[in-house]
Amino acid sequence: MGSYVPGTKQEQLAMLSEIGLSSMDDLYVDVPADLKLQNGLDLPEGKSEMEVAAQIKELAKANKVYDTIFRGAGAYRHFIPAMVGNVVNKESLQTAYTPYQAEISQGILQSIFEYQTMICELTGMDVSNASVYDGGTAAAEAVAMCVDRKRKKALVSATVQPSVLEVIKTYAFGSGTEIVVVPEKDGVTDAEALAQMADKETACVLIQSPNYYGTLEDAQKLGEIAHGVGAKYVMSTNPISLGILKTPAEYGADIAIGEGQPLGMPIAFGGPYLGFMASTKAMMRKLPGRIVGETTDDDGRQAFVLTLQAREQHIRREKASSNICSNQALCALTVGVYLTTMGKEGLKEVAVQSASKAHYLAGKLEEAGLKVVNGGEFFHEFVTESDKDSAAVLAALDAEGILGGLPLEGNKILWCCTEVNTKAEMDKVAQIVKEVK
Amino acid sequence: MEIRAELKYSKSHEWVKEDGDVVVIGLTDYAQSELGDLVFVNLPEEGDEVAAGDAFADVESVKAVSDVYSPVSGTVAEVNEELMDAPESINESPYDAWFIKVSDVSETEELLTAEEYEAFVQSEQE
Amino acid sequence: MLVFEKGAPGRGMQILPKCDVETVSFGEDVSRAEAPRLPEMSESEVSRHYSDIARRCHGVNDGFYPLGSCTMKYNPRINEVTASLPGFTEIHPLQPENTVQGCLKAIKDTEDALCAITGMDAMTLQPAAGAHGEFTGLLLIKAYHEARGDKKRTKILVPDSAHGTNPASAAMNGCSVVSIPSDEDGYVDLDALRAAAGDDVAGLMLTNPNTVGLFDKNIKEITNIIHECGGLCYYDGANLNAIMGVVRPGDMGFDVVHLNLHKTFSTPHGGGGPGSGPVGCKEKLAQFLPSILVEEDADGLHMTKAADSIGEMKNFYGNFLVVIKALTYIASLGAEGLKEASQNAVLNANYMMHKLKSHYTMACKGICMHEFVMDIGDIKDATGVSAMDIAKGLLDYGIHPPTMYFPLIVHEALMVEPTETETRETLDHAVDVFIELAERAKSDPEALHSAPHNTVIGRPDEVKAARQPVLKYDFAAE
Repeated sequence: MGSYVPGTKQEQLAMLSEIGLSSMDDLYVDVPADLKLQNGLDLPEGKSEMEVAAQIKELAKANKVYDTIFRGAGAYRHFIPAMVGNVVNKESLQTAYTPYQAEISQGILQSIFEYQTMICELTGMDVSNASVYDGGTAAAEAVAMCVDRKRKKALVSATVQPSVLEVIKTYAFGSGTEIVVVPEKDGVTDAEALAQMADKETACVLIQSPNYYGTLEDAQKLGEIAHGVGAKYVMSTNPISLGILKTPAEYGADIAIGEGQPLGMPIAFGGPYLGFMASTKAMMRKLPGRIVGETTDDDGRQAFVLTLQAREQHIRREKASSNICSNQALCALTVGVYLTTMGKEGLKEVAVQSASKAHYLAGKLEEAGLKVVNGGEFFHEFVTESDKDSAAVLAALDAEGILGGLPLEGNKILWCCTEVNTKAEMDKVAQIVKEVK
Repeated sequence: MEIRAELKYSKSHEWVKEDGDVVVIGLTDYAQSELGDLVFVNLPEEGDEVAAGDAFADVESVKAVSDVYSPVSGTVAEVNEELMDAPESINESPYDAWFIKVSDVSETEELLTAEEYEAFVQSEQE
Repeated sequence: MLVFEKGAPGRGMQILPKCDVETVSFGEDVSRAEAPRLPEMSESEVSRHYSDIARRCHGVNDGFYPLGSCTMKYNPRINEVTASLPGFTEIHPLQPENTVQGCLKAIKDTEDALCAITGMDAMTLQPAAGAHGEFTGLLLIKAYHEARGDKKRTKILVPDSAHGTNPASAAMNGCSVVSIPSDEDGYVDLDALRAAAGDDVAGLMLTNPNTVGLFDKNIKEITNIIHECGGLCYYDGANLNAIMGVVRPGDMGFDVVHLNLHKTFSTPHGGGGPGSGPVGCKEKLAQFLPSILVEEDADGLHMTKAADSIGEMKNFYGNFLVVIKALTYIASLGAEGLKEASQNAVLNANYMMHKLKSHYTMACKGICMHEFVMDIGDIKDATGVSAMDIAKGLLDYGIHPPTMYFPLIVHEALMVEPTETETRETLDHAVDVFIELAERAKSDPEALHSAPHNTVIGRPDEVKAARQPVLKYDFAAE
């Protein structure tokens, strides 16, 4: 049986006797006898480390690890530099609690401050929080930031990642916020429909660009429509794209959000990932979750602390606009290490290579008989349509150890490329697709 | 602790000054010293309705947030936005650092005179 | 020194090969005007930067961490190994079902084990943290009442000793919060509870053992009162570490629970996350669960959805790698090991409390559960030394302070949770330090007001930080 209790049975008895008790059961005098478990937990016996390692490895082996992946749709396999794993496995960082005790937590606080700075640099926004759970909850929290007594309706584009829309709706079921989906037209947000729908009860307009299909939205125009009715403009982006593409701030966003996973986190069957959130200075005090600020100590030395805490649940309690407590701090550290390691040029290179490879693959797939149907320019994801049965296409790829794009309705497929995909792989995909009748 | 004779007071530690048609509301010296260093103030907007006994603002210290209550019902005619940039002025000169001016006052809570308020504070401290 | 103050223009590492296809570029209308100001550093500089960061931190591996309510137990290394297997880390969340059978089995095994531990019938692993679990659990309660056409239930009862997340979660559900006072001994005041129980009550949120470290022996009566008024009972699992294998929330009468895998099940806190906050429920609520349900038939495991699901709480299926760590822990300890962990967590707390009670006033008399609360109020009155001062004094001994100023019902509270993974020597040493600090409060209060003295910084100016927030690096100041 595995155990992390250091005390031997003799030591335990000695400690019990020191406090005047004779058995472990004596510790539970307040638990009514009829509630106590009579036969112990219905679980297997404990195991040695070697046995457990083997047991869990069996589970891992029951999964198929694809050498090659052309699927994104919210989870992206990028190259993760060796530095990242080395740093996030440092025990002092990994096993620490939230840095409420600033004097012994300067390292973590500094790393979060650096993360906040990097998110502000990427998005162009004034202020970033220290992370939320993921891109979906970031979107839901952003909506909550915008709702007030007079404006209780959020307009969300149909082109955001479907699960993100689902999360927004679930949160809205709790809060009573009205969520209205803005329809898409040719794979992008229908700006005319949005202009019709936006009114003075609209709290915010939330869009994603590059959108779920990879297409760049007309983010300038959509933002102008939002601001035209006095609503806030929330823009979700892929952080890798911000290596080269226009920032949410440049498009006039009030809040920038997104899924931080591409910045150094493995795809890991969906988590842990990271939601980033940044806003204008005007909305700073509405940001949910922890925020680190710079100050000085009693000797005037530079110091970092958790600040603006009166926004948060442990102080504001039922008046807090969010209940978030634990966040994704170690993932924020991951982002910091990733962006530091890749550097200014490196991030740009990831963006350029991802987009370039997606465009190369799109071209090759068109040669192979698929049609790219994006309604405009795309970044590193795109949608194809054809007469070929998607299931047959994906099965043919699967047989070669390739995870193809995500099948959408009809015979549409949503493809994704990143810098890890090679020309040889893409040529092979095109060849296989071509052979599918 | 300073209590000004010309003002009236609520039991939730706001001071009230009648100034022609409007009522000016702020936090007392006692309140600010109990709250400690204030770091932020959430204020209503001009035109908002306030109701006697309801919170119309809150003040934040580093580790606490406290509501500020209106002793009167009416409409917010003016808001002291300077408090947003300088919440420390509430600590420094609480009787100059007014929060809001209320017009169209329809209802007023029972207010304390300076002597009554002083006695009330002393009873609270015991 | 911040990372932005290091390195030099043009410096960097060769992480990526040259692009092997023709590169594309985007028009000016969609391109950013200026590149983000990210660091430009050599690999050795980056490595040293983060070693420096790590040196200025304090993890469970660095020393004793008796942080009440947070269960800072040892984080086993094997958990990190299993969670980094490529068979988990390299799995895309949208892979075909037949290629993720191992992930689904891991989810199912974990759910089954957590149901057994809590006495619940169904479980979701989607919530990413305790607070997220609370929100999820309250949504289940809301969906349950609404499905029965019972729409007038808008109140959530929360004891005054509760965690701040409880009322905040209730508010996110559009519910109003009714605070239930504790009686003199720290238990729920039954008369107050009866008075509040009515047909407008959606449910009660409770931690048991509570935040004062007491197991509420009236628990069955408490849950009965709520059930009789038509409400449901929510168990905040923050303190589950006291009772595994001894008593189950399901048997106490709770309908919904959330757990904190990063507390009870040994996964690391990561400096604030990621955690994982599974939510379990009784059969009558299972139809509303979020995320996927894993069901088994002859072909293997399948992902299905609950019939009347509240929807998705986040993207995909939760903090999956955290779940793998917890599963590894549960498999290691097994039925007996989990019970042994809880018993020793309670033993260690009582041992420390016993040794300290002649030096500090305890908020609870008698036997505590896995944590105890010291009330520094009398020391403060006598010497001026506050709970904060004692906490800061501990820093100079390499001990992480207990939770301060919580629960709110004890004004100068220090909440101590030693956990089961500490040796008797560690506990004895910590006891000695606590006693020394109580003595110093009398002999040299000034030394404690100005503590800590041996840390990399002294007490930070939090008022300045909040009044003039500086929340990112100022590049212009270079």
